[in-house]
Amino acid sequence: MTYLAKPRLHHPSLSPNDLGFTRRDYEGSVSTLCAGCGHDSISAAIIQACYDLNLPPHRLAKLSGIGCSSKTPDYFLGASHGFNTVHGRMPSVLTGANLANRELIYLGVSGDGDSASIGLGQFAHAIRRGVNMTYIVENNGVYGLTKGQFSATSDKGSKSKRGVENHESAIDLVSLALQLGATFVARSFSGDKAQLAPLIRAALAHKGAAFIDCVSPCVQFNNHSGSTKSYDYVREHNEAVNRLDVIAKRAPIEVDYAPGTTTTVTQHDGSVLALHKLAAHYDPTDRIAAMTYLAQRQALGEVVTGLLYVDPEASDLHDSLETVSTPLTALGGKDLIPGSSVLAKINADLR
Amino acid sequence: MSGSLNLTNDFVVKFANVNGSGSASANSMFAKSVLRMGVPVAARNIFPSNIQGLPTWYEVRVTGDGHLGRRGGVDLMVAMNPQTWDRDIAEIESGGYLFYDSTKVLPESKFRDDITVVGVPLTRICNEVYSVPRERQLFKNIIYVGALAALLGIEIEVIETLLAEQFAGKERLIKANVDALHMGRDYVRTNLTPLGLQVRRADAVGDRIYVEGNSAAALGAVYGGATVCAWYPITPSTSVVEAFTDYCAEFRIDAETGQAKYAIVQAEDEIASIGIVIGAGWNGARAFTATSGPGISLMTEFIGLSYFAEIPAVIMDVQRGGPSTGMPTRTQQADLISAAYAGHGDTKHPMLLPQDPGECFEMGALAFDLSDRLQTTVFVMLDLDIGMNEWLTEPFKWDDTRSLDRGKVMTYEDLESGVDFGRYKDVDGDGIPYRTYPGVHPSKGAYFTRGTSRNPYARYSEEGHVYVDNMQRLLRKFETAKSLIPAPELRKSKTATRTGVIYFGSTTPAMHEALEILASKGLHLDALRVRGFPFSDEVYDFIAAHDRVFVVEQNRDAQLRTLIVNEGDVDPAKLPPVLHFDGTPITARFIAAEIGTRLGATAPRSPVPEAAE
Repeated sequence: MTYLAKPRLHHPSLSPNDLGFTRRDYEGSVSTLCAGCGHDSISAAIIQACYDLNLPPHRLAKLSGIGCSSKTPDYFLGASHGFNTVHGRMPSVLTGANLANRELIYLGVSGDGDSASIGLGQFAHAIRRGVNMTYIVENNGVYGLTKGQFSATSDKGSKSKRGVENHESAIDLVSLALQLGATFVARSFSGDKAQLAPLIRAALAHKGAAFIDCVSPCVQFNNHSGSTKSYDYVREHNEAVNRLDVIAKRAPIEVDYAPGTTTTVTQHDGSVLALHKLAAHYDPTDRIAAMTYLAQRQALGEVVTGLLYVDPEASDLHDSLETVSTPLTALGGKDLIPGSSVLAKINADLR
Repeated sequence: MSGSLNLTNDFVVKFANVNGSGSASANSMFAKSVLRMGVPVAARNIFPSNIQGLPTWYEVRVTGDGHLGRRGGVDLMVAMNPQTWDRDIAEIESGGYLFYDSTKVLPESKFRDDITVVGVPLTRICNEVYSVPRERQLFKNIIYVGALAALLGIEIEVIETLLAEQFAGKERLIKANVDALHMGRDYVRTNLTPLGLQVRRADAVGDRIYVEGNSAAALGAVYGGATVCAWYPITPSTSVVEAFTDYCAEFRIDAETGQAKYAIVQAEDEIASIGIVIGAGWNGARAFTATSGPGISLMTEFIGLSYFAEIPAVIMDVQRGGPSTGMPTRTQQADLISAAYAGHGDTKHPMLLPQDPGECFEMGALAFDLSDRLQTTVFVMLDLDIGMNEWLTEPFKWDDTRSLDRGKVMTYEDLESGVDFGRYKDVDGDGIPYRTYPGVHPSKGAYFTRGTSRNPYARYSEEGHVYVDNMQRLLRKFETAKSLIPAPELRKSKTATRTGVIYFGSTTPAMHEALEILASKGLHLDALRVRGFPFSDEVYDFIAAHDRVFVVEQNRDAQLRTLIVNEGDVDPAKLPPVLHFDGTPITARFIAAEIGTRLGATAPRSPVPEAAE
């Protein structure tokens, strides 16, 4: 129950990170989602990623829209401010929050209904604006909270639990994000924490619009045969292009993988992404190639996962607007009010 | 002719032009030249939803007595648009004047015999001097300004000074314009005589300034400490953000780094605009958007969130003719109800109702203090008449000792001191809870903001009594708002009366003039100008103290009256509505006629009101 705080029992075996926080410090309220829900695994991966990154929990702001996925920010990072906004509109609220205070880290959590249907416009515009954020879509291809309607990411020809076939084309948010200019694009699977947690870590360290599409089976309404977002389907058709390690900027960079199978990418903040290539010739810094590769694999019915594209030198909305480095929230009257002498000059010009 | 009007410093000139012909700046210069001679003017653009080709008018009321409302009627028509000739000629008062381009000879049937016709061959003069078509068109406007100056007694040096100011640093342009100005003047001196309408130098302007309400509201936002602005273009509000952008570029750039102490985003729609504003407000910045009626419709869901989750936001609504696309370039006061009650469920929002650009500045700044103090959306309700026309208004004032009122915000130190923090807890009994900015403290003060029901500690709850307590607290907060909204302004009649009138916003100057007209006919009314919503007790005391109170407004459904009836204990029969909603600014003649007619039946003396236009 969300109105119950999770009991804070500190087990002696819980090891603290560099900041002295244990994984428990990154947890939130008890989840009210169904047992086995993919979304809870994503929450766990977010907790893991923040713990690993040594993030002070209160310096992250978590925002969401409406739906099962959008409820999850209550279930992680209890010490962070959270904002459960209105349906499909998380991106604009996150944009405003980011403009107000550029020093916090912004995590937007959404679902396929929230981002691909009602919120497709805001999804697109926040990405093309280059808002510095990590935007995770917990994609189950179904409306869970209203009990099983198709969403805009449901594959054409897939069947609902009631046996109804979907006749509408699916929106692939990953392809869309690439096309719109996201500077970090990844896809993962809620059942693959080993892949997902490092992706979230890398996205949080990325400066610019980072998008992760996370396939997350709905155990109640979209985990049957005939669904392309079920545990079984994804496990059978998953085509991972790489495995990722994120090396913090302070740690010595030791990449001991055999040449030819590992690529390293240094991000803006100095963090190094070490990618163990699984697919031959996959270059995550080539946007056009990524789009082509995705389209080819999609045609074969495969779900490509991994870090699909990253621009390590990306800029963000604050760069475009050339805002001061001090957060706008920290500016006071002295910085903002021109005063009465300026007003006297303005008056004089208006006579 | 013998019955011609003879009026000094008290007449109406109307320019009939074609949109996009460059007439706007010439006409505006004409109005400003009268002002510079110390004579107040009230000028209004009447323009179509169009960029080029459709008819457009500019009405200048020369008013030595300082009546800044629209008067109604035209004493001199400057008819420069053949498309609208017939209706323009018909609009001239009997005994009035027509100024036209006499290059082409028109049949006598095109004129009226009860007006004075003044022809100047503008096209011929232009064609003799200029060869480039664009020059011919632009200088024609300046030539008629020169001709009008000579006809109306406007000092030509005043216009020369205005031209020098407008084209400062571009000597060649100044000379070319002054030459054109002189061509018009010289033609009149040689061929015509001055009209019965004259401008005489006076000292009636004082230190007042001449500015559009949209610019003033934008400057108010700068002084109010707004740092985030998100918007979507919509007439008639667009120039609010354009002005904000210009003012910020001038006053909000860090001197050392050249970086911006503000962020302005043109969003993909009004929904995203208000979303950005609410996100910024939640995070502790002062943020606003500017829009008009259709934008309010789109923003409604978010406004409800701001109400329930208690997030500061400022919306400047420059009202236009509704419903739907309505009359996008005409004025109305028709968003009062949709703004006051925006949102599903039980919601209500404070509104500020400026009367002129001076108050647009004042309330434009005040709105940010109020929205932080009350933690909710605050509307500043302009309209097209105030927003997009230059008005003569008191100079902007600012008290340098004034600081930004950020309302009830818990700091790191407050949280550290161990105070019990409940985001929605009514600690002080005024309905206003304390908030924290995200990221303020490592372990205290964080909460989950949501549009769902929750308890005083921001924990989700659908328990009936928890919900009811919270909704009651929001009502207490709204009560508190009454003491923070600017108080209504009372104009007591010199003669004791049991009749009153309530009005607001851009109706004000026409209302004040109408009160004079009515008083001259022995009809006396006490008048109360409402300056905001929720209404304070003074509004209801005023109604109680009178037998009948007219409510004058510019919409069809008597929206202010509806709010007054809905929010207080008033018999609606006591509040006869006076409604003007054809999209033009309300006039003193209209108000005086409406109220005069209705009072006429019961008034001791039975005055004959002037006909409504």
